[in-house]
Amino acid sequence: MSNDNKAQKYWKENLVYLGILLAIWFLVSYVFGIFLVEPLNTVKIGGAKLGFWFAQQGSIYVFVILIYVYVVLMNKLDKKYGYDS
Amino acid sequence: MSVQTWTFIIVGLTFALYIGIAIWARAGSTSEFYVAGGGVPPIANGMATAADWMSAASFISMAGLISFMGYDGGVFLMGWTGGYVLLALTLAPYLRKFGKFTVPDFIGDRYYSNVARTVAVICALIVSFTYVAGQMRGVGLVFSRFLEVDINTGVYIGMAIVFFYAVLGGMKGITYTQVAQYCVLIFAFMVPAIFISINMTGNPIPQLGFIGNMTDGSNMALLDKLDQLHRDLGFAEYTSGTKSMIDVFAITFALMVGTAGLPHVIVRFFTVPDVKGARVSAGYALVFIAILYTTAPAIAAFARTNLIETVSNQPYADMPEWFSKWEQTGLIAFDDKNNDGNIQYVANAAANELTIDRDIMVLANPEIAGLPAWVIALVAAGGLAAALSTAAGLLLVISTSIARDLIKMQIKPDISEKGELLSARIGAVFAVIVAGYFGIHPPGFVAAVVALAFGLAAASFFPAIILGIFDKRMNRQGAVSGMIVGITLMLYYMIKFKLGGFGGGTPDQWWFGISPEGFGTVAMSVNFIVSFAVSRMTAPPPQEVQDIVEDIRLPSGAGEAHVH
Repeated sequence: MSNDNKAQKYWKENLVYLGILLAIWFLVSYVFGIFLVEPLNTVKIGGAKLGFWFAQQGSIYVFVILIYVYVVLMNKLDKKYGYDS
Repeated sequence: MSVQTWTFIIVGLTFALYIGIAIWARAGSTSEFYVAGGGVPPIANGMATAADWMSAASFISMAGLISFMGYDGGVFLMGWTGGYVLLALTLAPYLRKFGKFTVPDFIGDRYYSNVARTVAVICALIVSFTYVAGQMRGVGLVFSRFLEVDINTGVYIGMAIVFFYAVLGGMKGITYTQVAQYCVLIFAFMVPAIFISINMTGNPIPQLGFIGNMTDGSNMALLDKLDQLHRDLGFAEYTSGTKSMIDVFAITFALMVGTAGLPHVIVRFFTVPDVKGARVSAGYALVFIAILYTTAPAIAAFARTNLIETVSNQPYADMPEWFSKWEQTGLIAFDDKNNDGNIQYVANAAANELTIDRDIMVLANPEIAGLPAWVIALVAAGGLAAALSTAAGLLLVISTSIARDLIKMQIKPDISEKGELLSARIGAVFAVIVAGYFGIHPPGFVAAVVALAFGLAAASFFPAIILGIFDKRMNRQGAVSGMIVGITLMLYYMIKFKLGGFGGGTPDQWWFGISPEGFGTVAMSVNFIVSFAVSRMTAPPPQEVQDIVEDIRLPSGAGEAHVH
């Protein structure tokens, strides 16, 4: 595999990861916390309405998980393509 | 011991700590001054980033704002933390690989243009100054209430402290001071939250108390109880908002993108050893930030419930001591309109007798809940730590922009290392004085403009940086015209609808129903479109620039952050 080719492939996989992670990012904040807040509010988590809870708590928990998943995925990707030196 | 004695002791001790660290970690070279030599361990960098990130607004004002906004307050929570995700995933690793000191550095090199560099410097200075003025007000607020000194004296003390460690220590001093400040501020935020959560819900974890039941015998869920209190007094339900969905969306998005474009936070990723370090440091930072950000809405709900139950329909004469103390600062006002001696706190403006400044909720919360004096003093120290850490980070961006992006890169390229370090220090002195001036003479529009700093950052930097990494074809013409159109449009909207210029305007004239706070989303989209269109109509960037883009996309081989 030539260097250029390798770099292209690495970048493509990186973009796929980014796309998936940002889709989840959008889902928990904008979709659950804003667009679908009314229907989700009919469900309860503990004493809180679910849509409200996503806007003020849930989305933040997911954000933290997203960054760590990203770290793990990228470290693996670096290793696969030998960019981890 | 009284609250004031405790405050003197705790604030004095923390200040001594910050100064001690500044002396221990003072900078000896420009690299240490700008990016702490690029050798800060990721976990320490994560704490410093969190302290840098969480300003006086996050610590002092945010829970108070949420307390009064209910569901709508979620825009700050999602906006500020979600922007962090955007920054960590799409900007931080690449900017670290690029390995220079500042955002204007990146823009200047990536768009091979000193015009682009200058536009970026000006945007960075506008954003930083509006932001830093807000921090100084925070410092003044804490001093005037807790040490009962004049608000101006408070600002002078704050200036002296920041001056000491920012000018002497540069990024190295600031980083290690911020680590200490993070510890102080998170401790100060959590202790009262835990106490209050136990009092009200029996659960020591505020995040769980927030969704738990009251222990007052009613066994109602806290949030249901709060909704009911709101309904009884004529307010909108706490868990529903009053803003339109499109506006909530636009504000959240503008805050997210704006946060990701804030220069003082981006620069934090230049201080870790490599790309891997930049990624993991972002993870640590968000954990440290999330501790405060998931506690804030809990505090907001606790404080709101407590406040209503303490004051509503109670005799004015029976109010506890904190009430009169805050009345003296002018931040609580009671006007007995119907002369019955009781406090009517209701939504209807004609019948309402109590006005409360939102900024006092976090500071007053421990007193409202009747916590011990040392906890109240701790909150004062935490508020100061939050304000000072952010102010220092911003001052550093300002001084770096002046010394490096203007003097070294443009006016006098042959300046010696020593001369550059000196001009960076002089830049910091200048920045401290200007910030102090705005703290003492706050122009009426500061509060309004601070919220808009995010819109400005979103409308100017963010597209240029993102496109610089993800669109190899993006060229000088595209980026510069995008930045200029974006920031001009944002300034126009802001001046028209916030400051009454260009004939002014009322909320029903807002474009697409979007408030000035959310307009950054629109201006940013226009910036993207203009950049894209112009770049495709003009020549592609030179080969060496395309090579830079290829290079920053790959993680290995990131050298130290140094002058090339």
